[in-house]
Amino acid sequence: MTRFGASPLARLDGVSFAYAAEPVLRDVSLTIRPGEFTGIVGPSGSGKTTLLRLLLGTVDPGRGRLERAPGVAVSYVPQLETVNWNFPVTVAECVLMARTSGRLAPWASRAERAEVAAVLDRLGIGGLGRRHIRELSGGQQQRMFIARALLRRPRLLLLDEPTSGVDVRTRHELLELLAELHRDGLAIVLTTHDLNGIAVRLPNLLALRTRVVAAGPPAEVITPAVLEQTFGARMEVYQHDGLPVVIDRYQPVRPEPVERVS
Amino acid sequence: MSGLLAPYQYEFFVKGLLVATLAGGLCGLVGVYITLRGMSYIGHGLSHAIFGGFAAASIISFNYFLGAGIWGLASALAINRVTRKRAIGADAAIGVITTASFALGVALLTKFGNRGPSFDAALFGSIIGVGDTDLLVIAGVTVFAAAVVVLRYRALLFATFDPEVADVSGVRVARIDALLMLVLSLSILATLTVIGVTLVAATLVIPPVVARMLTNSFSRMLWLSTAIGTACGFVGMNASYHLDVPSGTTIVLTGAVLFGAVLAVTGGGRLRRTAGLDDHLDLPAGAAIARRRAT
Repeated sequence: MTRFGASPLARLDGVSFAYAAEPVLRDVSLTIRPGEFTGIVGPSGSGKTTLLRLLLGTVDPGRGRLERAPGVAVSYVPQLETVNWNFPVTVAECVLMARTSGRLAPWASRAERAEVAAVLDRLGIGGLGRRHIRELSGGQQQRMFIARALLRRPRLLLLDEPTSGVDVRTRHELLELLAELHRDGLAIVLTTHDLNGIAVRLPNLLALRTRVVAAGPPAEVITPAVLEQTFGARMEVYQHDGLPVVIDRYQPVRPEPVERVS
Repeated sequence: MSGLLAPYQYEFFVKGLLVATLAGGLCGLVGVYITLRGMSYIGHGLSHAIFGGFAAASIISFNYFLGAGIWGLASALAINRVTRKRAIGADAAIGVITTASFALGVALLTKFGNRGPSFDAALFGSIIGVGDTDLLVIAGVTVFAAAVVVLRYRALLFATFDPEVADVSGVRVARIDALLMLVLSLSILATLTVIGVTLVAATLVIPPVVARMLTNSFSRMLWLSTAIGTACGFVGMNASYHLDVPSGTTIVLTGAVLFGAVLAVTGGGRLRRTAGLDDHLDLPAGAAIARRRAT
C-alpha cells in the first residue's frame, strides 16, 4: 500500500497488442497506483508509446485485460516533435484547450483566465500567456503542455519522451517540476530513452522490449544483464554518488530478424 | 462617385452583392479550419465534385441545391471513408473521386445541355440569376457555420491543433471532423453560384493565409479571416460589375492583391508563418490519428 491508497488507477494483466501483423506488446502486466512515479525505458519500437496509449484508452488490448479506475482523469503530454509549431495559437489559448466542456461561449471566463494564469505561474512560465507557442524555449514549451495537462486536474499524468531534444539544464528543471508534482500526489508515467539523465533518477522503472524485461527500482533494472536484454547491446553500469551510471560499449551487431505474428 | 454607385440601382446587383459578401465571409471563416488542417485540396476537390451533382440535377430538372448538395456530401463522406481506411492516400482519394465527378458533370452537360445556370457561370461564378433562394441559402449556411464555430469553438480548435490529445481529452474528434465536412460541403454549395467551381478553393485559402500573416492568435485569425473574406466579396463584386468580368474572378483577384499588399508591408518573415499550415498532411483529423497510432 502506498501513502496515497492501495486502489490502482490502472492495471494491465497479460496484455498483448499488435498493429496488423506487427506485435508491439506481448503479455504485459503492470499496475499503476496513486502517487507512483514510473519510467518506461526500452529501444525504439519496444512498445513504450503503445503502452501509454493503452493507459490512455485510445487503443484496446488485443489480448489480456486492461482495467482503469472509473472517473479518474488521465492527462497526456505529447512529444514536442509531433507539434505543429506554426499553428497560430498563443500559450494561454493552448493551455485553455484542456477546458472543452462546461462552457459554450468560445471566450474564456474570468475564472478560467485566472486558472490559466495560476497554472502558468505554478510552472514558472507566468506572464508568457500572450506569446506564440514558437516563441518559447524547449523547456517552456514542455511546461506549457504540462500546464494544459494539469488544467484537467488529473490523477495520472502520462508523458511521452518529455526530455527528448532538450538541454541538460532544461532536463534538470523538468525533473524537478515532475518531482514536485509527484510530491503533491500526482501519479506519473513517462517514457524515456535517457538512461543516465532521467531513468536512474526515478523511483520505479519498467524495462520494455515488447515484453516486460524487468520492473522495480533503478538498482534492480539498471543492470548490465537487464539492459543488454532490453536494448540488445552491451552496457556497463558503474555507481557514482549512489546512482547507477550507464556506459555503452560499442560492438558491431547484426540487425535482428523481424518477428511477425501468424 | 455616382459611377461607383450606379450598379446599386439594380436589384440583381444588390442581391449578388449580398450573396458575394456573405460568401466571402463564410469562406474566410470556414477556410481557417480548412487551411490549418491541410485540407485545402479537399475544398478544391469538393467544389469539382459538386459540379457533377449540379450537372445531374440540371438535366433531370431537380432542385440544384438539393441535387448538388447530396452529391457533394456523398463525395465528402466517400473521401473521409477512404482516407480513414487508409487504403490509399487522401490526396489520391480526392483526386479520383472529385475529378471523376467533375468529368461526369462535363460529359452530362455536353451531351444533354443544361437547364439551369450556364456552364461558364458554374465554372467562374456570375451574379446573373442570383435570386432570393440563393440569398436565403447562403444566409442560412452562414448562420449555421457561425453557430457551429461559436458553440464548438474549443473542440474545433483542439481537434485541429492536436487531434490525438484532443481525442483523449474528451473531444469526439470523429464527430467534429464529420461536422466540419458538413459545414465545408454546405459552404461550397452555397457559394458556388457567385464564385464558381474553379475559384471556390481560392476564397477558402487566401483570407486565412493573409490573416495568418497578420496574427499569431487563433481567435484573432478567425475574425480577421472572416473580415478579409467579407471585404474581398464586397470589393470583388463591385469590381466585377465595373470591369465586366465574372464575379468569382474579381473576388479571388481582390484577395490576391490584398495578399501581395500584406506581403509587401510585413515582409517575407510573416510569410514563413504560413509554412507548415498544412502540417497535418491533407488528412482529416481522424485519419491523422489512425496514421499516428500505426507508427
